[in-house]
Amino acid sequence: MVQPEPPKSLAKVKHIILILSGKGGVGKSSVTTQTALTLVNKGFNVGVLDIDLTGPSLPRMFGVEEKQVHQSVAGWVPVSVYNNNNNTDEKKRGNLSLMSLGFLLGNRNNSVVWRGPKKTAMIRQFLKDVVWNGGSNNVPLDYLLIDTPPGTSDEHIAIAEELRYAQPIDGAIIVTTPQQVATADVRKEINFCKKVNFDILGIVENMSGFICPHCAECTNIFSSGGGKLLSEQLDLTYLGNIPIDPKFVELIELQDNDHDKKLIDLYDDSELKPIMNDIIDKVLAKDCPARF
Amino acid sequence: MAPVKDISKTQLQAPEPEHCPGPESEQAGKEDACNGCANQEICASQIPKGPDPDLPLINKRLSQIDHKILVLSGKGGVGKSTFTSMLSWALAADEDIEVGAMDLDICGPSLPRMLGAEGESVHQSNSGLSPVYVADNLGLMSISFMLPDPDSAIIWRGAKKNGLIKQFLKDVNWGDHLDYLVVDTPPGTSDEHLSVTSYMKEVGIDGALIVTTPQEVALLDVRKEIDFCRKAGIKILGLVENMSGFVCPNCKGESQIFRATTGGGKKLCEDLNIPFLGAVPLDPRIGRSCDMGESFFDSYADSPAATAILDVVDALRDSVELNINNLSI
Repeated sequence: MVQPEPPKSLAKVKHIILILSGKGGVGKSSVTTQTALTLVNKGFNVGVLDIDLTGPSLPRMFGVEEKQVHQSVAGWVPVSVYNNNNNTDEKKRGNLSLMSLGFLLGNRNNSVVWRGPKKTAMIRQFLKDVVWNGGSNNVPLDYLLIDTPPGTSDEHIAIAEELRYAQPIDGAIIVTTPQQVATADVRKEINFCKKVNFDILGIVENMSGFICPHCAECTNIFSSGGGKLLSEQLDLTYLGNIPIDPKFVELIELQDNDHDKKLIDLYDDSELKPIMNDIIDKVLAKDCPARF
Repeated sequence: MAPVKDISKTQLQAPEPEHCPGPESEQAGKEDACNGCANQEICASQIPKGPDPDLPLINKRLSQIDHKILVLSGKGGVGKSTFTSMLSWALAADEDIEVGAMDLDICGPSLPRMLGAEGESVHQSNSGLSPVYVADNLGLMSISFMLPDPDSAIIWRGAKKNGLIKQFLKDVNWGDHLDYLVVDTPPGTSDEHLSVTSYMKEVGIDGALIVTTPQEVALLDVRKEIDFCRKAGIKILGLVENMSGFVCPNCKGESQIFRATTGGGKKLCEDLNIPFLGAVPLDPRIGRSCDMGESFFDSYADSPAATAILDVVDALRDSVELNINNLSI
C-alpha cells in the first residue's frame, strides 16, 4: 500500500480555510472575497480556489473574468489578481491569486452540465495540477481559501477526500443568513463537517439587517439573530454579523483592474471593512498551526 | 505557456471521450476515464443496455398529471423554494385544482418548512408513497420526510441522488389525477437537473420557470441555467425577478439592495428572447411567512409583493393552459 501523500499543489500552502454553507445565495462568495481582501490587507499572500463548478462567481467578484489560466511545466498557474512582488506597495499588502472553472470556459454564458464523477475529477485536478505559491516560486502561500457550492454532495465529498491527507487544515468558516430556512440547511453542513473532521472556525451571519439609506431605520429583511442562536445551540464560535450593504455589490461592478480602480482600494472605504476585519481577527486569534 | 482551452463544450448527448462516458452508454466502464473510477465494475457489468425498465412506470405515474412545471435557477438563494411554495399556495387556492409539490433539493430541502409540513413523515402502501397533504388539494413530497433527524446531513454523490429522484417520480402516489406538479430544484446544472429532465422527457415537461435576483453575479449563473434548458430541450415559460427593490416600512423610500447594474432580469429576457413574467419586491414578511410555514397570501393579501406574485402565477397559468388548448384543436 502506498503511503498517502498530501496533494502536491499544497506543498507551499501554510493554511487552508474552507468557506461552507448548506444554503445557496447566502454570500459564500462575498464572504470569500472579503476574507481574501482582509487577509491581503494584513500582508498575507492569499490564494482562492473556487470549486463551485456549475456557478463560479469569484472571477466576477474580483473583476478578472477576462483573464486566462496558463499551463506551465509544473501545472496550471492560477490567475494573479494583485501582485505586489516588487514591494512598491506602501501598505505592505500581500499577493492574491485565483483559480476557478470560470477561467476555463470559452463563453461566460456556457453551462457546465456535469454529473458527479466528472465534477470529482475536476476538483481532483484542481488540487493536483494547480501551482499554488505566494507570487513567485520561493514564496509560500499563507492562506488558501476554498469557496464551495451549496449542499453536501459530490464537490464536498471530493474536497474532503482530497484534503484528508493534507491535515492540519485550519477548518471551515460557515456562512448563514438569519432566517430559519437557511439555518436548517446550515445545520446539515455542520454535521457534514463533523463527519469529515473539518474543524469549524466559526459562524458568520450575512445579510443581517438592512439600514435604509433614506431614514437610517434598520429592517431585518431576512429576520435576525439566526446565526448567533445557531452558534449558541451548537456551541460554536460566533464570528459576527455582516449587514446587507448594496454598496458592496456596486463596488464589485465598479471595479476596473486596468484603470486603477482595484476592488482592494475601493474596499478601503467600505463600511464592511472594519466589520470583516473583526471577524478575521477572531479567526486569526485561534492561532491554527501552519502546515509546515 | 499556452492558455488552457475551453472545456465546456461537453454536450448532453455527446460527452468527451476522455471523461466519464455516462453509465447508460455502450462504452460505460470501458473508457480510459473509467480506470480507477469506483463505479467501473457496476458500469461495465450492466449487460442489457436497453432502455431503463423503470421508464414505463414513471410514464404511467406522470401521465396522470396535466401540467408539470420545473422551478429552476442556476444561482442559490434567489427564492426558488419560496416561489415554489407561493406558486403552490396560489394554485391550491382554487379548490378545483389538485396540486402537487416535489422538492428535489436533496441536500437542502426547504419546502416542508415553507409549506408548514415539517416533522411529518411519508407512508408507504402498495399503491406507492403517499405525499404529505398540507391542504386538501396540495400534496408535498420531500426527502426531509424520510430523515430520522432534521439536522442529519445527506452526504450523497450524484448517483445516489438520481436513485431517489427516480423513486420520487416512479413511486409517489399523487392520487387519480393531478392538475399541477410543481418541481423545486437545487441550484446548479448537475445530476438532479439531468435526471429529472431525462426521466420526464417522454411524458413531457410543460416548461421551466426561471427565478433570478437582479444583480449580475446572479444573472451570470442564470444564463448558464438557460443554456442548460436549451441544451436539454426544455421550454422556458418565463423568468421572474425576485428581491427586486425594497420598500422601507418606516419611510416608504425604495432602495435597490441587489442592484441591477446590467439591466436585471428584464434586460436578460430581452437579450435571450424569453418572456419576462414580472418583478417581485423584497418583503421581510415573505421570509417570516416561510419560516412559519404559512401562506403569505392568507396573511398579507393586499401587499404589493402578493399582487406581483399573483400576476406572475396568472401569466404562468395562461402560458401553460393555453398551450394545451392549442394542441387539442
